[in-house]
Amino acid sequence: MSKMVKPDELLKTISYTPPAEGWMDLPVNTSPGNWAYPAKQDKVEYLMHEMPGIFANPRQWNPEDVDWKLPSNWKEIVVNGFRERLDKYRSLKLFMDICVRCGACADKCHFFIGSGDPKNMPVLRAELMRSIYRGEFTTAGKILGKLTGARVLEEDVLKEWFIYFYQCTECRRCSLYCPYGIDTAEVTMMARELLHLCGININWILEPVSNCNRTGNHLGIQPHAFKDIVEFMVDDIETITGKRVKCPLNEKGHEVLFITPSGDAFADPGIYTFMGYLMLFDAIGLDFTMSTYASEGGNFGLFTHADAMKSINGKMYAEANRLGCKWILGGECGHMWRVVNQYMDTMNGNMQGPQMKTPVNPITGTVFENAKQTKMVHIAEFTADLIKHGKLKFDKSRNANVVATFHDSCNTARGMGMFEEPRYVLKNVLDNFHEMPEGTIREQTFCCAGGSGLNTDEIMDIRMRGGLPRGNALKHVVDKHGVNTMACVCAIDRATLIPLADYWAPGVNITGLHELVANALVLDGEEERTMNLRQEPLPGFEEE
Amino acid sequence: MNAIFSLILVLALVVVATLGAGAAKMQTIFAYCIPGTAFVIFLVGFTCKIIGWAKRPVPFRIPTTGGQQQSLDWIPQNKWDNPSTGPQTVMRMLLEVLAFRSLFRNTKVVLKHDDGKNPIVAYVSAKWLWLFAILFHYSFLIIAVRHMRLFLQPVPFVIQAVDFGDSILQILTPTIYITDVLLLTGVGFLLARRFFDAKVRYISLVNDYFPLFLILGIALSGVYMRYIAKVDVMGIKDVVMGLVTFNFKVPAGIDVSFYVHLFLVSSLLAYFPFSKLMHMGGVFLSPTRNMPNDTRIHHHENPWNNPAVKPHSYEAYEDDFRAPMHEAGLPLDKSPEEAA
Repeated sequence: MSKMVKPDELLKTISYTPPAEGWMDLPVNTSPGNWAYPAKQDKVEYLMHEMPGIFANPRQWNPEDVDWKLPSNWKEIVVNGFRERLDKYRSLKLFMDICVRCGACADKCHFFIGSGDPKNMPVLRAELMRSIYRGEFTTAGKILGKLTGARVLEEDVLKEWFIYFYQCTECRRCSLYCPYGIDTAEVTMMARELLHLCGININWILEPVSNCNRTGNHLGIQPHAFKDIVEFMVDDIETITGKRVKCPLNEKGHEVLFITPSGDAFADPGIYTFMGYLMLFDAIGLDFTMSTYASEGGNFGLFTHADAMKSINGKMYAEANRLGCKWILGGECGHMWRVVNQYMDTMNGNMQGPQMKTPVNPITGTVFENAKQTKMVHIAEFTADLIKHGKLKFDKSRNANVVATFHDSCNTARGMGMFEEPRYVLKNVLDNFHEMPEGTIREQTFCCAGGSGLNTDEIMDIRMRGGLPRGNALKHVVDKHGVNTMACVCAIDRATLIPLADYWAPGVNITGLHELVANALVLDGEEERTMNLRQEPLPGFEEE
Repeated sequence: MNAIFSLILVLALVVVATLGAGAAKMQTIFAYCIPGTAFVIFLVGFTCKIIGWAKRPVPFRIPTTGGQQQSLDWIPQNKWDNPSTGPQTVMRMLLEVLAFRSLFRNTKVVLKHDDGKNPIVAYVSAKWLWLFAILFHYSFLIIAVRHMRLFLQPVPFVIQAVDFGDSILQILTPTIYITDVLLLTGVGFLLARRFFDAKVRYISLVNDYFPLFLILGIALSGVYMRYIAKVDVMGIKDVVMGLVTFNFKVPAGIDVSFYVHLFLVSSLLAYFPFSKLMHMGGVFLSPTRNMPNDTRIHHHENPWNNPAVKPHSYEAYEDDFRAPMHEAGLPLDKSPEEAA
């Protein structure tokens, strides 16, 4: 962060007027800061062994060098891989064919808004690939070349792909506005798959994938350490409430398997959200277990390859079967819910054991009809249902010093449509809530600019630029309403929005939804609370 | 550059038709052979393209959700922007295809630099593109329907009614068609934004300018025929009916502007299946729009699902970590003794 220019300096550098040279003539900038570090050789080797056919070419390489040490037949690999994907995905083929370049998407991307780089316009990002499609797969493109927007596949094209397809967070904001629903996330996914085949990758994604495969979570927390972490949080809850709550791990015979992103177990402020879940379960006496084997809700496979996503996701059903759970409750996470809501059952539904049943809230009796096939319920849906039935007791005064706004995570917004549930919960646990401006929330929400595996510090400049739209909207409600807290339902948000808020709207806390729930939640037999989950004094107890 | 090249291309087509049907007297070729061939290319090309898309699998249901999901009973679902059933999805598609729903959402980003004191990024409504796109497409549709009077004898009432409605303003002789004006306005706007909006200019290819100039050429030649050359419409109908009924007659006494018009239309038809104009068919097949958001409710089958892709098993996991798990008191499927 030390090298970052001040926000107003950064703003002055942004211009939406494209350069004079055509985009095909712009050289690709591979200087440091424009890319995330490549994957470590041993991670690629491990993954090649564990997930065959996805990864290749493990080596030491540096994107700043001219020679990226590509396999000698890289061109053949990419062209064949491209052709294969054109046949496997109607989306890709269609999105290559029908774009009319109307430009409706151009200024919808947070990376374009924050950088003005024309290749960050979604239409051009897709043209980086579409131009190769024309050049390699269409007759007109082969004959007329550049005139029809076609070009030849060269090493520089792959370099350009690496830079710009890792400057897309697969947030799908552009696809909302596209008159044909062209989804850049689909294009980015395919480009990343092709890059993996040549050994072009980033460590921030492959290390989590490899960790998740072995230890059950992205962070590489081993089972005994996971237990320590959970006990540490149970201790903290006891300090705050005087009550010792339960968190069963790997226990058989419970009704519900609870899975949340491991980010919640690892770092501030996710741990407070984690503590919030445990307190909620205690308040209602939920019969649940967690698992160290399936201790990850998130799925960096989504940012890697369809098969990697499937393999990682399969652990959820496998563990529900092994432990005999009837259904799965999922914690607050963004891309986890894109996977659960749009991919999980299609990929792994056939793994569900006969003990799995349509989820029913054991406290209210509500049948979650919208999860009857996948058998997985979002905790915001679950808690909203509990509140609606009056099963939770809240003391809102504990959140009296919180002036909150809510950040819709891209994936729960545009890959699910969960808008009312978290807002309903939020409004029931605190009094001061203000929406950010229209056009920056709900289905039009802006990304934290660190999604899809980009929440790494070496590209902080790119992240802060991409964070401009969210940061600016936040600043607006800070100035107008004195907002001091931004709640979210995404573990990546809880990591990335902190530097974003520090940079664009200093003084705003980032919290998970269930941290705020648990602060207000009244537990049976608890002591009078004087501090919140962060062990800061509650309103009225500041002097002690 | 791309625009100039496209314009030259269209002008060249005009010259070809003028010389061919005018100076070289190849009226039969220009009246029958070329349009017939172009029509066949259009039909076959269009169909092949659609089949090519349709036979490709949609492995996952990936609708872009634009509103509240189906959830708890008391939370109203936004059924048209986030459908979870077939009929709701049909409704979403109707809105998309008939009303350009997504384009209607369009906003424009505005960045104000006022000395960094209060930097504002604002998103203002930008419905112009939607409005002119609607005008353009519907005018085109009505004009195409109106032209059916040349293909049908007797002219059905519906087409007469469209024709009557379109010329209801009763200005000029022959009376002006509203859609002629709107189509030219629409094309003019779409071209103008490619010239003057720097971002759109930057992304525009020959593939974008050429069809616009071609449609402009078709519209202008049509307007010229009707209002300036005042061509012999009955003569043209004879030619067209000849084409439709395969009863070819040597056309005579028809102004050369007709052949230019027809040649440009033929060019458009032949170009259509190989161009971005296929968005007309493609929009119906877009997986982010034409699927319900219901993968948590109903099973969807991925035709190329690979059953060999399995998770790293619990057994392997326990083998890896049995000792520390045992020490930490975590339940095990196999105790260290059993595993040994």
